[in-house]
Amino acid sequence: MSDEVDQGRRRLLTVATAGTGAIGVAFAAIPFLASWKPSARAKALGAPVEVDASKLEVGQMLKVVWRGQPVYVIRRVKSTVDAIGGHDDRLADPKSDDSTQPDYIKASGPVRARNPEYWIGLAVCTHLGCSPLGAFEPNNALQVAGTDLGANWPGGFYCPCHGSKYDISGRVFKNMPAPKNLTVPPYAITADLRVAIGVDDAPKTVS
Amino acid sequence: MAARPESAHPASGGGLLGWIDQRFPLSQLWKSQVSEYYAPKNFNFWYYFGVLSLVVLANQLVTGIFLTMNYKPSSAEAFASIEYIMRDVDWGWLIRYMHSTGASAFFIVIYLHMFRALLYGSHRKPRELLWIFGCLIFLLLMAEAFMGYVLPWGNMSYWGAQVIVSLFGSLPWIGASLVEWIRGDYYIADATLNRFFALHVAALPLALVFLVIAHLMALHEVGSNNPDGIDIHDHEDAKGHPLDGIPFHPYYTVKDMVGIAGFLLLFSAVIFFAPSFGGLFLESPNFDPANPLQTPPHIAPVWYFTPFYAMLRAVPSFAGTQVWGVMVMGASVLIIFFLPWLDRSPVRSIRYRGPIYKIMLAIFVVSFVVLAVCGLKPPAGIYPMLGRVCTITYFAFFLLMPWYSKLDSFKPVPERVTGHA
Repeated sequence: MSDEVDQGRRRLLTVATAGTGAIGVAFAAIPFLASWKPSARAKALGAPVEVDASKLEVGQMLKVVWRGQPVYVIRRVKSTVDAIGGHDDRLADPKSDDSTQPDYIKASGPVRARNPEYWIGLAVCTHLGCSPLGAFEPNNALQVAGTDLGANWPGGFYCPCHGSKYDISGRVFKNMPAPKNLTVPPYAITADLRVAIGVDDAPKTVS
Repeated sequence: MAARPESAHPASGGGLLGWIDQRFPLSQLWKSQVSEYYAPKNFNFWYYFGVLSLVVLANQLVTGIFLTMNYKPSSAEAFASIEYIMRDVDWGWLIRYMHSTGASAFFIVIYLHMFRALLYGSHRKPRELLWIFGCLIFLLLMAEAFMGYVLPWGNMSYWGAQVIVSLFGSLPWIGASLVEWIRGDYYIADATLNRFFALHVAALPLALVFLVIAHLMALHEVGSNNPDGIDIHDHEDAKGHPLDGIPFHPYYTVKDMVGIAGFLLLFSAVIFFAPSFGGLFLESPNFDPANPLQTPPHIAPVWYFTPFYAMLRAVPSFAGTQVWGVMVMGASVLIIFFLPWLDRSPVRSIRYRGPIYKIMLAIFVVSFVVLAVCGLKPPAGIYPMLGRVCTITYFAFFLLMPWYSKLDSFKPVPERVTGHA
């Protein structure tokens, strides 16, 4: 046995011990970080919701809660739906290329709906998540939340937080704080106007 | 083993104090940090705000502990438990108003404390680390204030949380899952409130107190700056005490008492006569319970966040993302950390600086105030443009500093501190 201290060996052992400890700490951190994810209960409460839209009058709106977020179900005025393609040049993403929606909604074109008369979408501004207000009347001097919506307002949504404007299909206008059109969740709508939000196919109803 | 020589405990006498001093450096700490800590003798009004932030911190800790005794951190009960504190708990209204007014008071004294540094160059070498600890305290305080504002679970709490948490969603790739992780649900929910409560009452206050201690240790290591921005240790007496310094105790402890009394007078006036301060300290939508389906008609953060919020709003989105505004807002806070290295002037104090710095500082203060107003107003009319202009001037103050602080003229700095001898 030598009195000499093997510095290289001591250093190796120190680094190896510290390294093993660090890996242990990293693994031990996983449960704590993972505990912040949505719990099993929160996931279960995120299930699809069903609403009956058959009682909606023209120009009326239903607010539905799906996964804690407001979803608008709107029965649009037919003349507004017919005019929907007329202001594409004023929109940031008229074809919804950069926006979030199921493929069948994107394929539906400017109406962004499975049934053109009924628009269904998340009432969550794509800027910072406020809930846009409905301003469905086409009007040149409409005042919403103290703000003049300006000339040629085609009817749509106005977000009071930062002033983003969307058309009646939830498509955002150019030069707004919001970068994308309003998100359309997956949904199914039957001929008798039963809407299921959160699924692509209508659940079989027992009648 | 030989006993440690008595000289290792120079302060140790007899009695209880002597007994303690042999086991804990009590007298030594008192001497080095208080009774023989020499501070410059020319401190002026601006030097009150350090001790005042300690007073407000103590106020927040004490009132916070007592609020916790009656508050329920659940989305079903939180709003009602605040009303219970306000109406049914004896003196609950006072404790709550002391806490809510204390939050605004904290930012008032911190902003003035930071402005003092800009006036007299307190962030300059060798006080860079002291400045960085201070900036970290400011950052933590913003997180603490934000989470505290969510706890009453009023409608502005809810939508403020929604807006701020959504900021993280704009980060590329990880945004959406990061937001879900922060919220612990698909929306701002009970889980979110509960974890914000845990952070607000345990994790962040602990970190804050540690940082405040580090801030004070760094201060006492390098010594206080002063309105002349010169080093008082350049001229010392035979005992090594600075000629222009006086012991912190009793001179500044007594002076600070007067400042604290003056502050408490104003603080109490707000608590008793205007606790919501016209909607600035407590916003009126927060007297409605949280409603996930109804955004308040106008969302504005509490006044102390509005300058940064206005900068967030000033940047339009492009390339299909609004991450740019978030980056600008983040940069507007982080850039403050770099101040000691941006400033290239040969002098510290504004007393000996040239006109360029004075003008830039004035522009900066005006920009900050205008941004604060813009952040409170709806994004319409003149405000978006005003916000953009002031965002540019805010950043110009920092980013152009390496050039203008060097170009600027300066006056000769005195050898000894000026003012009343």
